[in-house]
Amino acid sequence: MAAVACAAEGGRHVAVVDDNFTLGGQIWRGKDTPLKTAEVWRARVAAANVVRIQGARVYAQPAPGVLRAEQNGSYVDVAYEKLILATGARERFLPFPGWTLPNVAGAGGLQALVKNGLFVEGKRIVVAGSGPLLLAVAAYLKRHKAKVLAICEQAPLSRLLKFATSIVTDKEKLLQAVVYKSQTLSAPFHTGCWPVSAQGKERLESVTLRKGNRTWTIACDYLACGFHLVPNTEVPELLGCRVLDGKVAVDEWQQTSILDIYCAGEPTGVGGVELALVEGQIAGYAAAGLPDNARSLFAQRARQRKFAQKLEEAFALDSALKELPQDDTVICRCEDVSYLTLKDEPSWRAAKLHTRCGMGPCQGRICGAATEFLFGWNAGSVRPPIFPATLSCLEAIPELLELQETR
Amino acid sequence: MPERITLTINGRWCEALEGTTVAAAIMNAGAACRASATGELRGPLCGMGICFECRAIVNGKPHQRTCQMLCEAGMEVNTQ
Repeated sequence: MAAVACAAEGGRHVAVVDDNFTLGGQIWRGKDTPLKTAEVWRARVAAANVVRIQGARVYAQPAPGVLRAEQNGSYVDVAYEKLILATGARERFLPFPGWTLPNVAGAGGLQALVKNGLFVEGKRIVVAGSGPLLLAVAAYLKRHKAKVLAICEQAPLSRLLKFATSIVTDKEKLLQAVVYKSQTLSAPFHTGCWPVSAQGKERLESVTLRKGNRTWTIACDYLACGFHLVPNTEVPELLGCRVLDGKVAVDEWQQTSILDIYCAGEPTGVGGVELALVEGQIAGYAAAGLPDNARSLFAQRARQRKFAQKLEEAFALDSALKELPQDDTVICRCEDVSYLTLKDEPSWRAAKLHTRCGMGPCQGRICGAATEFLFGWNAGSVRPPIFPATLSCLEAIPELLELQETR
Repeated sequence: MPERITLTINGRWCEALEGTTVAAAIMNAGAACRASATGELRGPLCGMGICFECRAIVNGKPHQRTCQMLCEAGMEVNTQ
């Protein structure tokens, strides 16, 4: 939204292609975000003359400078001179026995569902995983009258305290943390703690948690569990942008390794909404040919990037989490590939060829991050179509159909 | 107040507030979205259109990502 508004204010013709049906991405999803900042940006976008293509998923690049997106079963082509990618992040999911049961969702995942009409009033919920999102989600669920039974952060207390001390000078972030913590005081907050299994017949009935040597089971209706975030780099990779260490590489103008393609927000490194906004503005101004406006935001970006670095250190995953899956635990949820089937495979590519791991509709978006953590695999290059598309959409690009057949 | 919409989930009438996604309505109804390759019941995981666990049959069309789809009056939703 920041990139859209700034590029449009620079007098450019702007079109936005968005997977969601309303602007705002994941954090400002739906009408349930009465935040002042969100309102300010919504108003700026509304005032700009912008073509909105909502509910559209980019899946191919039929020619240089053209993106093809699927929308309602057919496709749209969007030609551009400059492109700003703001593909966001997704949650990292780590497999443990029972993680595939209905009502085990992501932390941000459950929040997104509540924002879109899931009722949680009176429901017993355990929030687990890692990252600052956990507290925010717990506070949000409590506001919707859910019973949050426990919040379990895998990072140890020592690292969290160090993190808290390091953001003392950042009033805004500190205030946010204090507000969330005060809203969730009634729920026990465990550190160095994670779910070891989820139980239930047709859906989740209970969660077993472990902290150190202590293991205990809580009956609950929902488990909201996500282990921090991973950048969505599929579209940048499709376009040939350089990705280093899972992040899209950008220069000071947020321009990627490909000329005239910019990238802003979580894909360049997970840093939260404030960093995303400032990167979006820089990208928008730079793409619109307003370098001075962009430059005036560099200091702010540098500050927010330091915070991103601290996040990464504070919420680094405990290697004990690698021992959570049992032999029969499903790792690839699309193709139901078990841990036993995968553990002796030498690489992501070999696993795909031998077991179909990562070959289902999500195309490794979930198990890719999991196997990277569990086995150290690198999910490697992407191929079009990067998103499942209907056959009529594929027919429009004969070489894509060919690819499908030769795969 | 948002308007109420009536739709069916696995043949049962359900009410949803306007703006509710089909995935949220399925969870509110206590139903599963799909059965996996080996027959396990599955429900929404990511809530944001990435994981494809919320696929269900909507108005006869299978493989619909229900978390990216709003409820409409008279919609017929079935576990896939």
